[in-house]
Amino acid sequence: MADHTVLPLSTEAQVQRIVIDPLTRIEGHLRIEAKVNNGTITDAWSAGTMFRGIEMILKGRDPREAWIYAQRICGVCTTVHSIASVRAVENALGIVVPDNARLIRNLLEGAQFVQDHVIHFYHLHALDWVDIVSALSADPALTSQLARSISDWPNSSSEYFASVRDRIQNFVNSGQLGIFANGYWGHPAYALPPEANLLAVAHYLEALDWQRDFIKFQAILGGKNPHPQTYLVGGVAIPVDPNSGKALNPQKITQLRNLTNQAHKFVTKVYLPDLKLIASYYKEWANLGAGHGNYLAYGDFPRNNSGKPASNWLPRGVIIGKDINNPPLTLKPGLIKEFVTHSWYNYSDGDGVGKHPSVGETSPNYTGPQPPYEFLDTAHKYSWLKAPRYNQLPMEVGPLARMLVAYAAGHVRARQLIMQVLSDLALGPEALFSTLGRVAARGIETQLITERMKIWITQLETNMNSGNLAIHNGTHWDPATWPAEATGWGATEAPRGGLGHWVHIVNGKIENYQAVVPTTWNGSPRDSLGKRGVFEKALIGTPVADPQRPLEILRTIHSFDPCLSCAVHVIDVKGVEDT
Amino acid sequence: MEIPLEKVVTFTYSERLKIRIVRWQGDLMTQLINESQSNSIENRLNRRAFLKLCGMLAATLALPVSYTDRIAKALTTAIRLPVIWLEFQDCTGDTESFLRASRRQDPIQSGVTDPSITDLLLDVLSLDYHETIMAPSGAMSEKSLNDTIQNYSGQYICVVEGSIPTANNGVYCTIRGRTALSIAQQVLPGARAVVALGACATDGGLAAALPNFTGAVGVKEAVPGLSNFVALPGCPANVVNIVATIVYLLTFDQLPDRDSTGRPYFAYGEEIHEECERHDFYEEEKFVLAWGDEGHKEGWCLFKMGCKGPGTKHNCPQVKWNDGTCWPVAAGHGCIGCAAPHFWDTLSPFYQPLPDDD
Repeated sequence: MADHTVLPLSTEAQVQRIVIDPLTRIEGHLRIEAKVNNGTITDAWSAGTMFRGIEMILKGRDPREAWIYAQRICGVCTTVHSIASVRAVENALGIVVPDNARLIRNLLEGAQFVQDHVIHFYHLHALDWVDIVSALSADPALTSQLARSISDWPNSSSEYFASVRDRIQNFVNSGQLGIFANGYWGHPAYALPPEANLLAVAHYLEALDWQRDFIKFQAILGGKNPHPQTYLVGGVAIPVDPNSGKALNPQKITQLRNLTNQAHKFVTKVYLPDLKLIASYYKEWANLGAGHGNYLAYGDFPRNNSGKPASNWLPRGVIIGKDINNPPLTLKPGLIKEFVTHSWYNYSDGDGVGKHPSVGETSPNYTGPQPPYEFLDTAHKYSWLKAPRYNQLPMEVGPLARMLVAYAAGHVRARQLIMQVLSDLALGPEALFSTLGRVAARGIETQLITERMKIWITQLETNMNSGNLAIHNGTHWDPATWPAEATGWGATEAPRGGLGHWVHIVNGKIENYQAVVPTTWNGSPRDSLGKRGVFEKALIGTPVADPQRPLEILRTIHSFDPCLSCAVHVIDVKGVEDT
Repeated sequence: MEIPLEKVVTFTYSERLKIRIVRWQGDLMTQLINESQSNSIENRLNRRAFLKLCGMLAATLALPVSYTDRIAKALTTAIRLPVIWLEFQDCTGDTESFLRASRRQDPIQSGVTDPSITDLLLDVLSLDYHETIMAPSGAMSEKSLNDTIQNYSGQYICVVEGSIPTANNGVYCTIRGRTALSIAQQVLPGARAVVALGACATDGGLAAALPNFTGAVGVKEAVPGLSNFVALPGCPANVVNIVATIVYLLTFDQLPDRDSTGRPYFAYGEEIHEECERHDFYEEEKFVLAWGDEGHKEGWCLFKMGCKGPGTKHNCPQVKWNDGTCWPVAAGHGCIGCAAPHFWDTLSPFYQPLPDDD
């Protein structure tokens, strides 16, 4: 194997430049380069290495179908771009959606959060903390005791854990280790006892089956998952009628309720107990991976159809400098600007300025090394991600940002759950600003949303039973009713963080379309002032015991749940035409 | 003497495949167990023949107890199909679709139950390289890739998800500093079969929609001359068809019958419109005319709302999605024709009705 990942930067070889590419167990193509000095990261660079140009493709198309294209920005967070897109067009055209559409969208998005967060914990993140090889030496009886000490989840007998251990042992004996081959097993940073590892491996497998069954929720409402197909500018496409087998009816409401109840059980009896168990062995990660300490949340899950930020059940707000003891600052969308100083794009008036998404421009201009290459030129442009900043500050978005904003805003249930998890782990609120805090916030949010989904289902049922069956506001479906020119934006929360789409419509067609996406915030390169992106900052100070097996880097990067397909997008089409 | 049924059903997928054959031809089983302990190509071919027989014997459940140990031994020595799964200009939607695999009726082979995602990962496949779910990153992930290319040359299957950008020397998608195209050229020619999974890998898909700034193309155009090539377009591809194609390959040692573009007839032979549950309403000229109108509530035809079912060939209406739960038309939205070639440009605007040529 050609080893191109480690470059000594000094003669003493104390300072090394390490590369992780591909950074796996994420969505998309992420590359991390880092400087390691005596086993600790002293600097880092985050680069997105794939580009498609979806916004360029949207130019000239029907704004009503923009969501179908935008949805394909990401197949993992497969609902969120649809929601942001229809909201942006509705905002531009002044459309208010019916209450059922609001609830069905909340439910689709809620289901997305719950399923996505569980997959992230078990299938994308767990192997950073859980050593599968160690699980093979676990005692099934002790594992059973451990399982029963943290949860009354029924799959907890010695026989059950013995069967899982044997299944994995047979798998290992085959010599074909598949996705587990060349993992960092036995790495000194793994800290769980064998029984906790076996418990987590068992739930890795259970969660794999669970996620598949739970997401039928989206198929019931949207025909399929991934890429459910029910959004419409003005509402949703699934009819509601208690007397029709072809519509959302009492029988389907029951199915949705059952799936939600099962999800709630899985989250409270498996996911959160596992999270707390694993976290209890890794408390030093409550002191690592903080980042900049600035957090931004658009908020989401509207409680009415006013379109006003105050209607969001998860609140909107900004936190600067880890200040959660005062109410969050009001988010002013006008303060969002994107920079391309270190991104492979040009701005027509120079790369030192930032541009608001509504007037943004993008002219792709790759100036990196010609492939194959060993290292990026991080002194100049080095990523397909732009660098969004809020009032010139790098901001973290995601579950932690949402839970911190909710905490600071006095969201009662969020505060309860946050305090409960912190108390169970014997940690204080300051522990939230960390890699471990991100992991915990994601779990807390999942429970919060499964609880809330039950309420939305009941509200939908109440509407249905009272004869309120409207799903679509068609007053502006016909483009002939539109003004010659309109602009709008739509904000939502993706599982990975705040998401905004901006649209400019001229003569019934898309003139310009823009998206500022969670991982663009979190995974951005440096900006015009040289300020690091959130990943880059969060990695500084992280220990790296073995540069060939950079497990610690994965822990912090995975705690953000990166989604790179989302993060790379082209904005202004005019700039391209000029090239 | 027979193993009780409840004992049998707790066996894994591949165990059950093996168990099914035992009662029918015990001698063959013994022979295969012995052969599977060796690694020669001839014996791998026997394993394929073995799996072929398994498919023919799906109804058999009971077996002599005396074979149990030997079956277990065969399990741990048989080679699982190595898979290299490459992601290029993608959204990971096809991977997510794959993760939804459930045990259910195979759409090609009557009486055969297809494996679930956990069966696939632990018992049927050896998913040696898949960036979204594999344990290692960086250099160690590259080792996984190279190990499989070297150790299983001509035996692994390669699944490609996402399009391949060809403009500007391929700089629009690089992994470990190498272009998507160069990685495809490295991995695909040595594969026993290449699966273009989803619209993007089939014909460039979304990234190739106009103006196609990155020069995105599908697998066949990027790496011409592949002999064992199958395309499973769709946005995303339906997991039922992904798994059925793999099971067919394991059973018969060949890909299912395909059209000139590589699409298997079993999944892309029938027009959605003809198989649609709402087709009778089309014939009766009962159309949805506005979202949420009475016809919409009653499940009438979505033709006038822009449905692209006419002209799009796919088995969506038959196999549905998410373990048969639903499919887009049944949930009230028209088909967007996502299995049709270059549908982003050829079938949009999606809400504009097709010309009615009846």
